[in-house]
Formats: sequence, C-alpha cells, structure tokens
Amino acid sequence: MNKVRDQILTVLGIIGLFAFLYWAKGNATEYHIRLLNNCAVFITLAASYNLINGICGQFSLEPNAFVAIGAYTSALLTMSPVEKQISFIIEPLIWPLNVIAIPFWLSLVAAGLVTASLAFLMGFPVFRVRGDYLAIVTLGFGEVVRVVANNLQSITNGPLGLKGLVPHTNLWWSFGFMVFALFFISRLTKSSFGRAMKAIREDEVAAEAMGIRSFRYKMMAFTVSGFFEGIAGGLLAHLITTISPVLFTFFLTFNLLIIIVVGGLGSTTGSAISAVLFILGSEALRAVEEPFSIGFLNVPGIPGMRMVIFAVILILVMIFARKGIMGREEFSWQGLFNLPQRAIGYLRKKK
Amino acid sequence: MTFFSAENLVMSFGGLTAVDNFSLELKEGALVGLIGPNGAGKTTAFNMITGNLKPTQGKIFFRGEEITGLKPNAITRRGIARTFQNIRLFQDLTVIENVMISYHCRIRSSFMGAVLRTRLYSKEEKGMQEGSLALLNRVRLGESAYVQSGALPYGQQRRLEIARALATNPKLLLLDEPAAGMNPQETKELMDLILKVKEDFGLTVLLIEHDMRVVMGICQWIKVLDYGAMIAEGTPRDIQNNPKVITAYLGEGRKGGEENIA
Repeated sequence: MNKVRDQILTVLGIIGLFAFLYWAKGNATEYHIRLLNNCAVFITLAASYNLINGICGQFSLEPNAFVAIGAYTSALLTMSPVEKQISFIIEPLIWPLNVIAIPFWLSLVAAGLVTASLAFLMGFPVFRVRGDYLAIVTLGFGEVVRVVANNLQSITNGPLGLKGLVPHTNLWWSFGFMVFALFFISRLTKSSFGRAMKAIREDEVAAEAMGIRSFRYKMMAFTVSGFFEGIAGGLLAHLITTISPVLFTFFLTFNLLIIIVVGGLGSTTGSAISAVLFILGSEALRAVEEPFSIGFLNVPGIPGMRMVIFAVILILVMIFARKGIMGREEFSWQGLFNLPQRAIGYLRKKK
Repeated sequence: MTFFSAENLVMSFGGLTAVDNFSLELKEGALVGLIGPNGAGKTTAFNMITGNLKPTQGKIFFRGEEITGLKPNAITRRGIARTFQNIRLFQDLTVIENVMISYHCRIRSSFMGAVLRTRLYSKEEKGMQEGSLALLNRVRLGESAYVQSGALPYGQQRRLEIARALATNPKLLLLDEPAAGMNPQETKELMDLILKVKEDFGLTVLLIEHDMRVVMGICQWIKVLDYGAMIAEGTPRDIQNNPKVITAYLGEGRKGGEENIA
C-alpha cells in the first residue's frame, strides 16, 4: 500500500520538477538557468562521489580526474572538424579525432564509457592499498591526469584548452541525467549489492569473512562512480563551453568533498541537498570577494575568500555536526510526512 | 577423505613463531575445543584456517580440496564460517541487514538486475529477508530485527555474530571465544544454542574458549596449545587431569612447593 503511494508520489515529484523546469525555461533569467544547470551537474557529481567515499567507505580523491576525462572525451567528439582546426594552433589534433564529429548524446555515452573503463583499469593498482594510502594514490592520479592534459598538446591542446563548444547542455539534459543518476545510485545502494558495499565500509575483515568479495565491490563502486562522473564532466564541458586543465585541479575534488561531508557521508539525499546549498551558497558569498567598506574601513576585493569561508564551515561541521545534514539517512516520503510530528514532539520536549 | 585437516601449520611473524607445527583433523559432526593460555596461538590458528593469515608452512584441506592461502571470502564460500573474538558486527546496519549480507555471496542476479529490480532479483531479495528473519528467530533476535546492531546488548551481539555466520550456510563453524564477557545465565544459554544449531544445521564446530564450563560441558575432544605448539589432546576428562596442561595454565611449582605453602 505504502509502496504504491510512494511510487506515485515519486513520479508526481519528477513530473513536478520537469513542469518547474519548463516554466523556468520560459521565465527565468539566463543567470538563474545557469544556476539550475550547475545544481543538477553538481548533484550528479556529489551523488556518484558519495557512492565510493560514503557508501563503500573508500576514501578516495580522484573525481577531478574523472570529470576531466569525461569533459575532454565528450568535447573532442562533438567539436566540428573546422572548429578543431582553428583551435589547435600549436600542434594539430591527431587523426582520427580531427575528423570525427558525433551527436551530443553519443559523446556523453562515450565519455561515460571511457571514464568507467579508466576507473576500472585504475582500480587494480589503487585498491591494493587502504585508508590514507588510498587517498594519496588517488590524489596522485588526479594530478597525473591534469598534468597529462596540460602537456598532451596533440590531443588536449595543452593549457589553451578547448574553446567554442556548442552549449548543448540545457535544463533537460542536466536534470534528465541527474534524475537517471540518482535513480540508479539509490537503487544500487538499497539493493543487496549496496549492502555489500556498506558492509565493506563498516568492517572489511568481517565482510570478507561473510563471503563478500571486497575487491570486486570496491571496483564496482569505483567504476559506477567513474561512469557518472565522466558523463557529468561531458555535461559540464558543454555547459561552460570552454575547458582547460585549470578547471580540473584538486579544488574541484575538494569542493565535492565538502559537499558530501556536509551532506552526510553515506547519504545520497544528503549529497544532493548539500550540492544545492553549495551552489547557492557560493553565489550568495560572491559579495565577500568584492570590495566593501564597513564604516570608514575599506576592504579591497579578496579573490578566494569564499574558499576560506567554506573551509571554516567544513571545520565547524567536523566539530559540531560530524554526521552532516542527513547523517546516513535517506529521503523517504514516510519520513517527510513524519517530519511535522517529529518537529512538534521536539518542541514540546524543549518546553 | 577427511572432512577437514590442517597439516603442520607454521606461522611466523619475523622472528616470532606464533604457531608451530599445528595439526588438526576434524571428523564431520565433531565438536572440538581449542584451549590454551593467552598468547598460545589459538586465534592465529583460526586466522590461518579462515584465510586472514597465509601460513608460512603447511597445508589445509577441506572436503577434499586444498584451501591453503585462499582469500577469506573464497574460504567462506566453500563452507567455513567464523565469529570473532572481539565482536565485529556491521554496527551501523540493522540486525537483519547484518544477516542478509551473509546471503549475498550466493546471489545469482547481476548488479544491473538489482538496479532494474528484475523478477529474479526481487525473488532473491525476498528469500534473503525471509531466511534472515527465520534465522534471527532461531537465535531469539527476531524482535530486534530492525534495530541498529551496534545498539544491541553485548550478549545479543554475540548471538547475532553466530546467526550471521550461520547465514553463510557453513559446514564448519569456527567460534572464537563465544562466551567471553557473558554472565553465567547467558553462558548456559549459549551452550544450548551451540548444541542446538550444531544438530539443526548438521555442523562441525571448532571452538576457542577460556570458560572451562563451556569447554568441558560441550566439547567431545579438546586440543591444548601453548607457545604455539600442541601440548596435549584428548577427551575433557583426560585434559582435566593432564599434568602438562595444568602446568601450562598454572605454571610449574618448585619441587616440594606445595608443602612450603602449606
């Protein structure tokens, strides 16, 4: 009974979301649409990063690499040969990339598959280590990808990057893919396979003793996470239309890490909520980077001030609310309906 | 074909030999106790059998197959399950989820099947849930099925560990100090539980225990380890009167020491 009700509510929710997007497309300003797109892409990124870090408990720091690979793959496949010839001025693009131009959706599939297969290959050496070592190895990998992108001029055009991409990514693409990714990831985490991943997070030795092939499920989480991050990278590339290695530094990973920790490591819902807060927050905090004056004190604009504030927020979360917004809870309609009651109960208790 | 045999197992950590020349043969349906003072190498022997440690020397056979050096998950899937000395539950998951994880190694659906909720997967998931619940009822944890496992009282956590091990469908069950930290009442219940599941599931049980009431009460055969070497074996009665065992546990008195004390 409840199951049917929940399914209906979910479908209605998704229809409502797309109705809102349809309205926004006609009425919102370009700036707001851009924000919405960013939200969708970051929700996708955070949810897939949370799969390996929060659900499977393997603290890794590579999403900037996966996003970069996805972005470059998809961008190189959609750019027209003429555009490529104009862009690659230092060294020409190698064959066959210089003649290929495929539809956007196909390039996204390719971005996902290329990134996933790279994640798969990378998993073999990477999951030989655990804990802090895993973080360091994956961090190194992220850096390697960026350096390669900087220097492999005949493919990536080096520091000049790729310019003039067609802005294919619109609200339908970004939110459509977000819904798909959230659906896939939450189904996976709620299944027996997700339980196996959580068991590895809780206690790998015990999980192995219960017959769980820990290596296999770490690989699974890593590859799935790579697949979605790659596609999100492709969407991001066609959203900002210009990509260069500078975009994919460790800061991207760091931002995602803030998002999933503040949202609650291990909660897909938390990652999604926190990603929205992060995007809106960094817009709201633009003010602190601009010159302002308090009374007679004039403060010049300090670029990077937002990152300081985010870092402080992260520290405060670590001290006062270690579980983040959602802890390890997930969204459920029943939980939403119970919320008012819980709030009333909480207030009564306080009195 | 012997059911289980370990032949001349040696485990050295650098210069320290934790277990030296450990041999063990188990007949199907046996209930054997492994005792010895602290640091005698009992848990190390367990870890070698279950694949957590790779023996420096020696071989282990289980049901006609060599399992030396296999990964723990591979050994579990061949029918050897264990519990841990210091409880290792998946603390953040519910009681029933803890048990369901043990069913996962026999799942036939692919992960895409699980995402798409195919008919096969739904059937398997339902089977896991029902099986786990039945198992929990047997160890009298059915009522706490949806409680977070870390929140259970100590004795119940021990029982949950046994249920979780049983869910892997083992032929041989290794229990590492199952009665540690239990009160006399809980210990008595535990002994009954071990005997009952042994009968019901047709298990062979190997048990490490310090509580002599348990060891003497339910084991048919006892092996005694000290400083990594086997010093005695026999029926509970033999062991109780074996001077070597008494020495290992209580130390050696000086000649005529007893008279001095008197």
